[in-house]
Amino acid sequence: MAFAGLAVYALYAASTLDITWARLLVGLDEGSKFLGRMVPPNFQRWELLVEGMVESIQIAVLASAVGLVLSLPVGLLAARNLMPAWVSGPARLFVALCRSLHPVIVAILFVKAIGFGAMAGVMALVVASVGFVSKLFAEAIEEISLKQVEAVRATGAPFFSVLFYGVLPQVLSRFVGFAVYQLDSNLRNSTMVGIVGAGGIGGTLFAAFKRFDYDFVAAILIAIVALIFVSELISGRVRKAFQ
Amino acid sequence: MSAALDREWTRFTPAERMARFAVYLACVVAIVWSIRTIEIIPEFLYDAPEQMADLLTRMWPPDVEYYPTDIHSALVETLHIATLGTILTLVAAVPLGVLAARNIVPWWPVNSAAQLLLVASRSVNSLVWALLFVAVFGPGALAGTMAIAARSIGFVGKLLAEALEETHNGPIEALRAAGAPWGAILLKGYWPQVQPAFWGIALFRWDINVRESAILGLVGAGGIGVALDDAINYFYWDRVAMVLVTVFAVVVIAEILVTQIRKRII
Repeated sequence: MAFAGLAVYALYAASTLDITWARLLVGLDEGSKFLGRMVPPNFQRWELLVEGMVESIQIAVLASAVGLVLSLPVGLLAARNLMPAWVSGPARLFVALCRSLHPVIVAILFVKAIGFGAMAGVMALVVASVGFVSKLFAEAIEEISLKQVEAVRATGAPFFSVLFYGVLPQVLSRFVGFAVYQLDSNLRNSTMVGIVGAGGIGGTLFAAFKRFDYDFVAAILIAIVALIFVSELISGRVRKAFQ
Repeated sequence: MSAALDREWTRFTPAERMARFAVYLACVVAIVWSIRTIEIIPEFLYDAPEQMADLLTRMWPPDVEYYPTDIHSALVETLHIATLGTILTLVAAVPLGVLAARNIVPWWPVNSAAQLLLVASRSVNSLVWALLFVAVFGPGALAGTMAIAARSIGFVGKLLAEALEETHNGPIEALRAAGAPWGAILLKGYWPQVQPAFWGIALFRWDINVRESAILGLVGAGGIGVALDDAINYFYWDRVAMVLVTVFAVVVIAEILVTQIRKRII
């Protein structure tokens, strides 16, 4: 029943979007030409490639570091079991706002505000990191056992001691998990923000695309996939070290 | 006896401590290296607050009249791209997910080949997929739909394969003992067990696709991103603000919708 509905919708949507077999067939033909021009990948301009990749990695590292440091307090403020509603409400709204716009759109705004270059990319990914990590962090805090918090509070400990000895030990291991995940995700996105001028390999990729240097495009894509593959391996190892 | 009593207990083994220390060290080194070598143009930073204020004043008030003329049709196109892309994904990801599940196809070359396809699909960002498909199909919604589908197959296929691997073997063995053909085993043995997970994954991905399809227009792959790109290129910042408000509203509505539907079906 649900599948029939989806099939009917798919036909309707395809007709409104002007998707036809003829276009698909033409596309397949173009696609084979396009693939033909991508092979073999051209690594001659490897200096440009390495420069872009290094900048992407720097953007991801800095954005993750700043983003994680900021999301600790923001996540605490957004946790409903620790903060009164008038604090957690606005904090949650702020987090939702950070999360709702795609990093590339945020990057456009920062490119306008602070100019072209890696700085805009870092800022855009900081916003994305705060949006994502604070939300998960706040949810993790909301799930903690309140017994330990009460025990610490019963000894007359001030607020920050409650935080450091009652709350944080319960959630820090999960925070490490979020941090590794976010670094991975920032690395993926840092290869993209360059398309709107915010630094990294994306700019090189887009320029090569516009100049129809499809063999160089293929080389860049291979490099990006390799980078992400390596980062997944490393993050798996890091997770294991903190289990 | 006394040796056992005197032993000093620590929470982690030396190897674990070394591993953690290595991770901390690597983090510090990476951050310091990034700060010292990243290329930042200080002249751009001096007037950043002014530029920011300028941007905000130009954005306010959002150009509401732009909505009925340009944004609305682009928005509908975006939603179609996201939904149609998700449906295409489901069609392609189900066979791949089944092939990647080790308990259904107990032959590792097939599993690995399917996994490789899924990883390749996942590791390329949807914006890059869109670039490729714009080169193949020309600018427009077709390229956007294909890009969304190409990016999502890896995501949905991976989660589906994991759900399939977690199914209980009891019903499968019962069906097999009754002499059911493999189609019946899939349909009556596995499908009822993974059905809630399947719809959950599909909804989750649709929610992500609504966000992603909003930017595909930046590279010419149709949808509301085209309206955004036009407004930015002409420096109509009040129109940009209107597009952003629209995207924000749609994303929030999509999220609420998905949570409500999830509650109903799971």
